[in-house]
Amino acid sequence: MTLADRWLLPEGVDEALPEQAAKIEHLRRTLLNLHEKWGYQLVIPPLLEYLDSLLTGAGSDLEIETFKVTDQLSGRLLGIRADFTSQVARIDAHCLKGNAVERLSYCGSVLRTMPAGLDGTRSPIQLGAEIFGHGGVESDIEVLSLMLQTLSLAGLSNVVLDLGHVDVVTGVLTACDLNKDQEEKLIDLYKAKDLPELDRYVDSLTLLSATQKEWLVTLPRLCGNKDVLDKAANLFGTISPLIQNAITQLKLISAAICHRFSGVGLHFDLSDLVSYSYHTGVVFAAYVPGHGNAIARGGRYNNIGEVFGRSRPATGFSTDLKALVALSDVVVTHSKTVLMPTSSCNDLWQKANSLRAEGYRVVESLGVNDKKTADFKLDFVNEAWQLVPVQS
Amino acid sequence: MSNTLTIALSKGRILGETLPLLKKANIVPAEDISKSRKLIFDTNHDHIKLVILRATDVPTYVDHGVADFGVAGKDVLMEASTKNLYELLDLKIAKCRLMTAGVVGQTLPNRRLKVASKFIKTAKAYFAEQGIQADVVKLYGAMELAPIMGLADLIVDIVDTGNTLKANGLEARELIAPISTRLVVNKAAYKTKYTQIEPIIDMLRKAVDSNEGK
Repeated sequence: MTLADRWLLPEGVDEALPEQAAKIEHLRRTLLNLHEKWGYQLVIPPLLEYLDSLLTGAGSDLEIETFKVTDQLSGRLLGIRADFTSQVARIDAHCLKGNAVERLSYCGSVLRTMPAGLDGTRSPIQLGAEIFGHGGVESDIEVLSLMLQTLSLAGLSNVVLDLGHVDVVTGVLTACDLNKDQEEKLIDLYKAKDLPELDRYVDSLTLLSATQKEWLVTLPRLCGNKDVLDKAANLFGTISPLIQNAITQLKLISAAICHRFSGVGLHFDLSDLVSYSYHTGVVFAAYVPGHGNAIARGGRYNNIGEVFGRSRPATGFSTDLKALVALSDVVVTHSKTVLMPTSSCNDLWQKANSLRAEGYRVVESLGVNDKKTADFKLDFVNEAWQLVPVQS
Repeated sequence: MSNTLTIALSKGRILGETLPLLKKANIVPAEDISKSRKLIFDTNHDHIKLVILRATDVPTYVDHGVADFGVAGKDVLMEASTKNLYELLDLKIAKCRLMTAGVVGQTLPNRRLKVASKFIKTAKAYFAEQGIQADVVKLYGAMELAPIMGLADLIVDIVDTGNTLKANGLEARELIAPISTRLVVNKAAYKTKYTQIEPIIDMLRKAVDSNEGK
């Protein structure tokens, strides 16, 4: 074993040193307070649970991303969470049991087998919020607003919101009557927006009519500002009420967001399936210029709860605290530091405690090697311990 | 920063064919790239910069969003593990084929195949798709030598005229994919700078069409 073997961390796994940790923690508290003020209750799901419940209702993409270990007690496979959503959905469906609208928020580490993002991290700190029990666009608008408010409070500007809808893709694919392999191939091509390959592939689907082919190749080209919604309505509106409804929803949501957040750019991409395959309605992601990956994402998922015994409409978003800290200039203001001598004097001990209660940071000086920088020191002046400013 | 557009170009043969296309789209480097040792070039537009990279590095720069656009061969893109790229346009230049090749007339041995390639990801995927288990050896150049020296039964490589294969007693066998140069765009850049990016793609599309027409 070389020295490096003892200190190297696994790839994509990092730690936060004091300066960064202070920023992350500051942001975590600020953002969870924000969520609390919006009426979201904090939940703390377990770090790991049975793989079956962790992956139920989620797609195969999440299964690949989940680290697995064997439970020595039961012999069953456990998964370390790679995403909070299914855990929070389980809590809502199985533990809370009410029929009322439930607003839940969460923050914690997740682990992913696949490196993601610019720094190739496999250990993001996920922070997010979910609404259960409401199926209308109002809850989508609420969650989107909270996401944008979260990003703005984290100090990000020039945010661009990317909106899409699963039903547009599903509606078009269904209308083309394709088999499962063909649908999967098309979804892959849509995700990569590989247009040259898409054109070639659609051309090879000989059973399709010219109109159907036109639908398939036009769909990923429908991106840009809100005009694409009208274009889509013209092109696909007659295919199915599902698509019509999806476009109406997107119009309502984008109008509301535009009204609330005039500084946020809106981008529509009707073929972009931004997140995990459990989504069933509106999907969205937030981007900032210069950062190659989405900084927050989410969408509607109405089916997950069903496998836990209770189907509830749901929508939510999540972001990565570490990525937020890297992108924004979080300023942490520290409280004033007071150095106190080591002494068995009880008055000094009382004084230190009362100063700490007032918000000072009081450090017991442990001799010559201890930190010397401070705003004040405690000196015994006029029969009492008093704060004396330290000249820098 | 946010208003600048950076285009990453692949060095070498692709570059020679890319520059005329860019010129048709009214993007011209401020100085002669072939006569300079610089890696970053200004253009006739204040907000557009060109960076000249080794072809295999282009997807990495674009995937991370440090370059907004990239011009790279399909062979390189197939081999790269990227998640944040959109492949929007076939530039239809530097066309060739990705193929398997082996010694002329030699039949394949009745055991697990050995394949040499610099495209190991693509090679593994191709043989798996064919239902063939193959051990793939990574090489960085002179693929043709591998079957002759007995390092591999087959190679997977780019075939243009086929002359190098012929000169070394090899023959092209199966076509894996037709290759041409593609325009890739970083996903986030595409969404955040759509109004700047879309006209450039449009111009390039027209340039490609006019190339095809002639």
